[in-house]
Amino acid sequence: MALLQIAEPDAPPAPHQHRLAVGIDLGTTNSLVATVRHGIPVVLPDAEGRPLLPSIVRYADRGVEVGYPAQDALVVDPQNTIVSVKRLMGRGLADLSDARRFPYRFIDAPGMVQIETRSGIRTPVEVSAEILRTLRLRAEASLGGALAGAVVTVPAYFDDAQRQATKDAAQLAGLNVLRLLNEPTAAAIAYGLDNASEGIYAVYDLGGGTFDLSILKLSRGVFEVLATAGDTALGGDDFDHRVYCWALETSRVGPVSASDTRLVMLKAREAKENLTAHASTPLVATLSTGERIDLTLTAAIFTAITETLVGKTLGPVRKALRDAKRTPGEIDGVVMVGGATRMPQIQKAVATFFGAPPLNNLNPDQVVALGAAIQANVLAGNRARDEDWLLLDVIPLSLGLETMGGLTEKIIPRNATIPIARAQEFTTFKDGQTAMAIHVVQGEREKVADCRSLGRFELRGIPPMVAGAARISVTFQVDADGLLSVSARERTTGVEAAITVKPSYGLADTEIARMLQESQAHAAEDMEARALGEAQVEAERMLAATMSALDADGDLLAPEERAEIDAAMAPVRRLVAGADRHALSAAVAALNRATEEFAARRMDRSVAGVLAGRSVDSLAED
Amino acid sequence: MIDFSQNYFALFGLPQRYGFDPEQLDAAYRALQRVVHPDRYAAAGDAERRVALQSSARVNEAYRALKDPVGRAQYLLSLRGIDALAETNTALPAEFLQHELERREAVGDAQAARDADRLAALLREVRSDAAALETTLAERLDSEAWENARDAVRELRFLTKVADDIEAAIGEVEN
Repeated sequence: MALLQIAEPDAPPAPHQHRLAVGIDLGTTNSLVATVRHGIPVVLPDAEGRPLLPSIVRYADRGVEVGYPAQDALVVDPQNTIVSVKRLMGRGLADLSDARRFPYRFIDAPGMVQIETRSGIRTPVEVSAEILRTLRLRAEASLGGALAGAVVTVPAYFDDAQRQATKDAAQLAGLNVLRLLNEPTAAAIAYGLDNASEGIYAVYDLGGGTFDLSILKLSRGVFEVLATAGDTALGGDDFDHRVYCWALETSRVGPVSASDTRLVMLKAREAKENLTAHASTPLVATLSTGERIDLTLTAAIFTAITETLVGKTLGPVRKALRDAKRTPGEIDGVVMVGGATRMPQIQKAVATFFGAPPLNNLNPDQVVALGAAIQANVLAGNRARDEDWLLLDVIPLSLGLETMGGLTEKIIPRNATIPIARAQEFTTFKDGQTAMAIHVVQGEREKVADCRSLGRFELRGIPPMVAGAARISVTFQVDADGLLSVSARERTTGVEAAITVKPSYGLADTEIARMLQESQAHAAEDMEARALGEAQVEAERMLAATMSALDADGDLLAPEERAEIDAAMAPVRRLVAGADRHALSAAVAALNRATEEFAARRMDRSVAGVLAGRSVDSLAED
Repeated sequence: MIDFSQNYFALFGLPQRYGFDPEQLDAAYRALQRVVHPDRYAAAGDAERRVALQSSARVNEAYRALKDPVGRAQYLLSLRGIDALAETNTALPAEFLQHELERREAVGDAQAARDADRLAALLREVRSDAAALETTLAERLDSEAWENARDAVRELRFLTKVADDIEAAIGEVEN
């Protein structure tokens, strides 16, 4: 019996219950937005029918241009036309080994690099938000209403800083982020549900600027990621760059201006794409200096100059297999994702490594967005009755903290299934020590200096004791988005010192608010109206969720408890159609508090149900 | 919310012993995640989402502990009040340490020679030693020989660490 099921196209949920939700693939080169319509995931094209949005943002004299208009200015206005911004997300200038390849005026800011443009200083988060906003407006125009939420995809190997930056960008773009979803996992959902697959699959995802390799077990409707590995600075861009270098060297030209760099890079990309279907291709360009490049790139040359890049993808493949404790022969299929996997030498290398031809039956440009749309649809509450799949993803890099001597103590190992929470005890080093510095890092290396620093915070108010007497419990919690929060508490004495932080990268809430205000003003949107709209959506969601919970499990409440929840719902109902956003938010918060105990009891009942009574059959069947 | 004091075996409806059917653990794990995972509550209220996050994290932690041989043994011993990995415990047997020192040297040599095949062979050896030790451990735990079991856990953990190090060395040599 196949347990992977897709909703019947003929039986969509009733329209008034259907919440508008989209999946967004925020790519290095191109971005897409998709949704589930009548049970089928579809990419939403722009007004001209084009599915892809080039991930290019230009700060022009007359305002911001995104996508094709910005692409037209790549060569003439390189400093203000931002491409491949994804490579800058959550990255400081020191992290960018290839900074010289970008023509931008970089500003080295703490946490994340910034770019000086014609319109002022912009962060990668703001640039990405322009792309996401364009996709949001496209989706809203196409679907005819405000979105309830979006699933935004990220490379599986993105660290906490890169994930947080992506989430910030989505919020800045006015999106309610239902989930950050790993790109290869999104592809596996689209592929697995489409093909009703079972077994162990590898997803080889080579995008414009990032590479991921995930190993998943597909079994009875559960997508379980066993391991993931990758390189967040390796993608199709790097192949273009090799061709670009080859073209300049062979033609003996250079150094070239920023505009000419862009021109030759574009020609290099065209040549690369031509080689997918042809054995050779011309590469011709006239530089602004009058110098001419007139070459023929053959498949053999292209393969030779990019051999090391192809080899570089196999390291993560081996690592993921080792972590998943599998051999290449145990993999039932390799799903190819990302435009760069069209390159014949990639196809060949993967086939050789796994000893079987890879699977290319889904469009490698669209499969991630389609998977994200399927997940968004389910998370928004549009799950069809017979749609019963579950996704279990992992964290790509170990999380830990700095201990004495600059060494890392791992708290959560890489490839741990999320969500996860884990606590570890530490103690004081000196007599009478009343504060402890906690330095949170991510990475696999033993020395802190070789890992990525995610943030530092201090636990203060530890009662003075002899060294080693205090018991400080540090808890790391990673949520289903793969985002970390850290808390610490001292608990030997009655006096409790505690702190919770969310490592964040250069963007404080006030900064987001400022950017939001600026961008909204510029987009001529009424910010207050938008905020009210969001509060209303949230209130309606909360009312609907509470009603359905009461319908299903109202018997768990004593009459007076039920009356309390009813009483908390009344003001939300009264205020939801009004214009007082603050009163509405307060009422929703009160309703949340009133339902806390009820939520806990409902979970108890669900868990009890799994191991007893009605679920025994399905357990035995498993 | 899941009863946080409930023991991991009970959570998955398994007998409280080292040896059990891993398929049964997997099935119970998936069945539990189907009802507690945050994805099931994305459209719910804040309170339910928070409960789901905590419950799902708890189920993951329990699963991880029981799935891993060292973790499971350690957990079983902790239920008996024995902290298998406490630093105050007696040292590992000299014979065991001597053998592991030699192994470490062999790994170092292979790594210096960038010999991935030799490292892979060493990894297979460690894995097979670990598998044998696991059988011993299972016998000791299921026959309630707690102190002997504790020693086996410590050795097994050591071997796990050695295997991890060899894997890291292979990764380093391959790149």
